[in-house]
Amino acid sequence: MKILAIDTSTLVMGVAILEEKRVLGELITNSHKKHSIRLMPAMAQLFEELELTLEDIDLLAVTKGPGSYTGIRIGVTTAKTLSWAHQIPLYGISTLAVLAENGFHFNGWIVPLLDARRERVYVGIYQREVEQLRAIYSPQIMTITKLLDILKKQEKPVLFLGDDCERYAEQIKMHLSNQAKFGTLAENIPKPSQLGYLAWGKLQQKEAPETEQFAPDYLQLTQAEVNWLKQHNHGGKHEN
Amino acid sequence: MKKPIVLGIETSCDETSAAVVSGGTHLLSNVVSSQVKLHQRFGGVVPEVASRKHVERITWIIQEALDQAKVSLKELDAIAVTKGPGLVGALLIGISAAKALSFATGIPLVPVHHIAGHVYANHLIKPLPFPLVALVVSGGHTELLFMEKHNRFERLGKTMDDAAGEAFDKVARLMGLPYPGGPEIDRLAKKGEPIYDLPRAWLEPGSLHFSFSGLKSAVIQFLQQMKSQKKEVDQHHLASSFQTAVVDVLIEKSINAVRKTGVQHLLLAGGVSANRQLRQQLTERCRKENITLQIPPPELCTDNAAMIAAAGTYQYLDGHFADLTLNADPNYEMNQRVE
Repeated sequence: MKILAIDTSTLVMGVAILEEKRVLGELITNSHKKHSIRLMPAMAQLFEELELTLEDIDLLAVTKGPGSYTGIRIGVTTAKTLSWAHQIPLYGISTLAVLAENGFHFNGWIVPLLDARRERVYVGIYQREVEQLRAIYSPQIMTITKLLDILKKQEKPVLFLGDDCERYAEQIKMHLSNQAKFGTLAENIPKPSQLGYLAWGKLQQKEAPETEQFAPDYLQLTQAEVNWLKQHNHGGKHEN
Repeated sequence: MKKPIVLGIETSCDETSAAVVSGGTHLLSNVVSSQVKLHQRFGGVVPEVASRKHVERITWIIQEALDQAKVSLKELDAIAVTKGPGLVGALLIGISAAKALSFATGIPLVPVHHIAGHVYANHLIKPLPFPLVALVVSGGHTELLFMEKHNRFERLGKTMDDAAGEAFDKVARLMGLPYPGGPEIDRLAKKGEPIYDLPRAWLEPGSLHFSFSGLKSAVIQFLQQMKSQKKEVDQHHLASSFQTAVVDVLIEKSINAVRKTGVQHLLLAGGVSANRQLRQQLTERCRKENITLQIPPPELCTDNAAMIAAAGTYQYLDGHFADLTLNADPNYEMNQRVE
């Protein structure tokens, strides 16, 4: 059983190939984006170095968001197409769930976050239970203030993960002081190997793989839809 | 030699489309999922909404195109995809799918210019009669092209500001008509007469370039004037006056381009070629001038992947391929492709 994992949902671009019990290889960059140019050549390189082809792959994994809208779509479209062309089952997994795995051994709440601009974050809250992480708060968008309020009430140690935590570090320390811990540099970037591992878990659990209609989980409506709804809720009396 | 079978993929704006074409001329399937209804409530195409829909549909559309053509992936000789111009986020969906498919199957990848595609829509009806002049008019483009042979495009003229179709949409919005405005204006114009005096932008004498933003401004001024004078505007007459101003310029410049290049054949392409008045008047004019005119049926005038597959077939035959670094180019220039 070999697994190919693809993540292009943030500034990080990652490709990994795993066996059930072993990471065979992974390529990660955390620099300029250009994921659309670099993803396929990176994947081709990884296959070549491992002397494997797509024929050897039995399972596909992709991050389905949140993150950069365009980035997520590049990964999802690529994964969906590979899955369809070779009839390989595919699982879409939250970028935040992948990032949370970097804090697997932490005793307390694991809080992976991505900046969503305007003082809002994409965030999930995870905790280890027996041999896996469970989402206490599933991935969602909320203001940093609301997140800090939730965490403060719990009085548990909290591990923040993700490069974007830097942006809110002052605020976090002010609200949570010693309760807050931060990931190491390596723990702050989502690993495609973790993504592949999570997909393998889903297969073990016999979860249904994605269909060809599979689409990203942006966690937000488009701005045009938000504006439209605003206008039409105020003018609700005139609408049927 | 065996006729190449080419899969085309097009996602440059608000249609998700895949098609299979054999030998560059024979249409085996052309599946188009239009998002017009989805964008209607916003009064125009919203790029992010379009991209989201493309991702959802793309795999199913490709599958459907192959199924309808009764062709398997293994039988394909090339995968042709729109590289640009268009909405970058939307283009990237087609390109990501095409690259993944090429990687998965080893089938060569061919990047296609969207406008070249529009011209090749004609090739699916009747082989392109070289040398020729083509007028491509759509929501995003207004161009006059000269073609001596396959894959060779020389641009004679283009719009300096708005595309003709864009002018239709903008004026329709001013008139309070729903999106897309082109068909609405065409429908109203049928019952009107061009009695309102609107300008035609000829630019400098002999110029084959276009400009439509002045016409749009003239409509705004006209509407304001009528309002301040408390005069009623006849929507039918206004639609007819505006449409005639656009069509007059398109026809005159196309005929001029044919004369200048000394060719016998004129091709019409792009979404606006569905316009009734443009089709009728251009047909009459070409008959008088002894020019043969070719216009594709409406379903091949709007964005579709069959035209991309047709254009892609000749690039494939010329050995013009892309590797896995292929990227979307929202401002893709035609001469970049012709080298």
